Amino acid sequence: MKIHFKTDYEQDIRLFEDRREMLQYGLLILVAIAAPWWLDEYFLGELTYVLIWVLAGLGLMVLAGHTGQVSLGHGAFLACGAYMEVILLEAGVPFLLSFPLAGLFAGVIGAIVAIPALKMSGIYLAIATLAFGIMTEDVIILLEHWTGGVEGVFTPAITIAGVEIDRWGTPGYFYWLCLATVILVTLLYKNILRSPTGRAFTAIRDSEISARAMGINVSAMKTLAFGISCAFTGLAGALLAHFLQAFNYEAFLILISIQLLLMVVIGGLGSIHGAYFGAIVIGMMPVAISMIREEVAAILGTGNTAIPGLETGIFAAILIGFIIIEPLGIYGRWTKIRIWLELFPMARKDMFRRQKSYLKTERMR
Amino acid sequence: MSLLSVKDLAISFGGVKAVDGVSFDVEPGEVFTIVGPNGAGKSTIFNLISRFYQPTGGSIQFDGQDITNMRPDQIAPMGIARTFQNIELFEHSTVLHNLLVGRHSRRKTHWIEDLLFLPRARREEHAHRERAEAVIDFLDLQPHRNSMIAGLPYGVRKVVEIARALASGPRLLLLDEPASGLSVEETQDVAFWIEDMRADMGLTILMVEHDMSLVTQVSDRVLAIADGRPLAMGTAAEVQSHPDVIAAYLGVPEEAE
Repeated sequence: MKIHFKTDYEQDIRLFEDRREMLQYGLLILVAIAAPWWLDEYFLGELTYVLIWVLAGLGLMVLAGHTGQVSLGHGAFLACGAYMEVILLEAGVPFLLSFPLAGLFAGVIGAIVAIPALKMSGIYLAIATLAFGIMTEDVIILLEHWTGGVEGVFTPAITIAGVEIDRWGTPGYFYWLCLATVILVTLLYKNILRSPTGRAFTAIRDSEISARAMGINVSAMKTLAFGISCAFTGLAGALLAHFLQAFNYEAFLILISIQLLLMVVIGGLGSIHGAYFGAIVIGMMPVAISMIREEVAAILGTGNTAIPGLETGIFAAILIGFIIIEPLGIYGRWTKIRIWLELFPMARKDMFRRQKSYLKTERMR
Repeated sequence: MSLLSVKDLAISFGGVKAVDGVSFDVEPGEVFTIVGPNGAGKSTIFNLISRFYQPTGGSIQFDGQDITNMRPDQIAPMGIARTFQNIELFEHSTVLHNLLVGRHSRRKTHWIEDLLFLPRARREEHAHRERAEAVIDFLDLQPHRNSMIAGLPYGVRKVVEIARALASGPRLLLLDEPASGLSVEETQDVAFWIEDMRADMGLTILMVEHDMSLVTQVSDRVLAIADGRPLAMGTAAEVQSHPDVIAAYLGVPEEAE
């Protein structure tokens, strides 16, 4: 087990715990950067898709995981980012400007949505955001002038410093663009968490009343959390626009929002790792399902490989499984396995049970 | 001039007058205790001062400034900190993290500075941590610095509550039953810390407490209330021997009625 002798405040502030951790993440980033050389084009495309989901998941994690505000309508902000990106590019704005502006736009919309949402919490907030998510579809169709209505829009091609970036033409470049954005946003996320802003978010999640007593302006902080969360998701939306190249309202159905929430819950609420793990599971699931589709059809004897509801069914089963067996998600399970390995053979069976029972008896809320 | 001045404070929930015409002044550097039977309105007075409830009458002044209509988050930067009777810590965080949240009212950085973690944010972070460590040393919390609140025993959580309030660098500390549920030794520790907070940090303390031994030991003045109305004010001994107070706690003998 690693034990750190702390002699400097910097040890708690810096991004990596120690040199070993820095080396591990450095290697991971190197492997990720080299992906276009060791992955074939199909899987590189899938990996790019996963990265876009990671970005959207990081956005929702700020809100659901760290501020404790559940949003069932985050697909709406994905749409905000995607359509804004297309509108700006068509107006002749260069990508390097349109991309952050698309994120900013989604963030501002998110902060505006937050104002009525401030009065709600828990299940009521979930229902309100769900309504917002369902509304998105119709709003997109109604705003035909900008969004192309039912027909949808084509995303213009982009170039950065004369280099064309295209999902099909130069998949490697597009992948690196997504990777760079994800790394940058993760860094920003880490910065929030190690500063008073992030601590205020978690304080609101754990006890709103003491957050107030500590001088935290809960309304302002929730609005900020909505803004930051939606801006991250908006950036994911802009990248999604380039990934899909042509899309209409169907890309942002309510199921996308639900999948997003599912993703952060499965990954593990309240950790940056959770967004990554969840995105990998949810992003890779369609690929895995398409691989087993024929076998499943053979077992069922339908002879037809298009099994309605198979995907949704599997997602639902996984979610139920996680809620019953591991409410802390994949990251929570991973932490437990790691601690077990680090303590081996000293780990006790009840190590994690004790904390659970404490929560049950002493939380009378 | 008194640090906290409460005049004719009143609040009613529906038809119930929870607090009805309570007035008192807390002088700088004083330990002022409010006692009373269960349901007397002690915690309600606390919630009124820390602005969680809006009074239906009366006024609250802190350091010459009227805070009667302020939001709860506005009074912490002025130097008022409080603890809660039923511990309200941030369960899924470490002790150190809780103390750092306590520093929130002293933050100087804008959220954009935090997002980019500019040099000033880093410097501020060091300053916050230094203050938090000073409080950890003061309250002997070193062994628990990096423990999750969810796994800590009750007695330690009680101390962390005080620590979190202290971390904000307050001038007035509101302690809501600091000794409830603590063992005799732990209560003694609390008594010593209250003395030290007053002597070393120059704090003014307003406290609600049932444990009369603690009250007698640390209080300069005691206010007894019952059914939301003030009964008696004075030293602990004076209040304890006051006939109205005895009547409120023990009832009135039948022949006296």
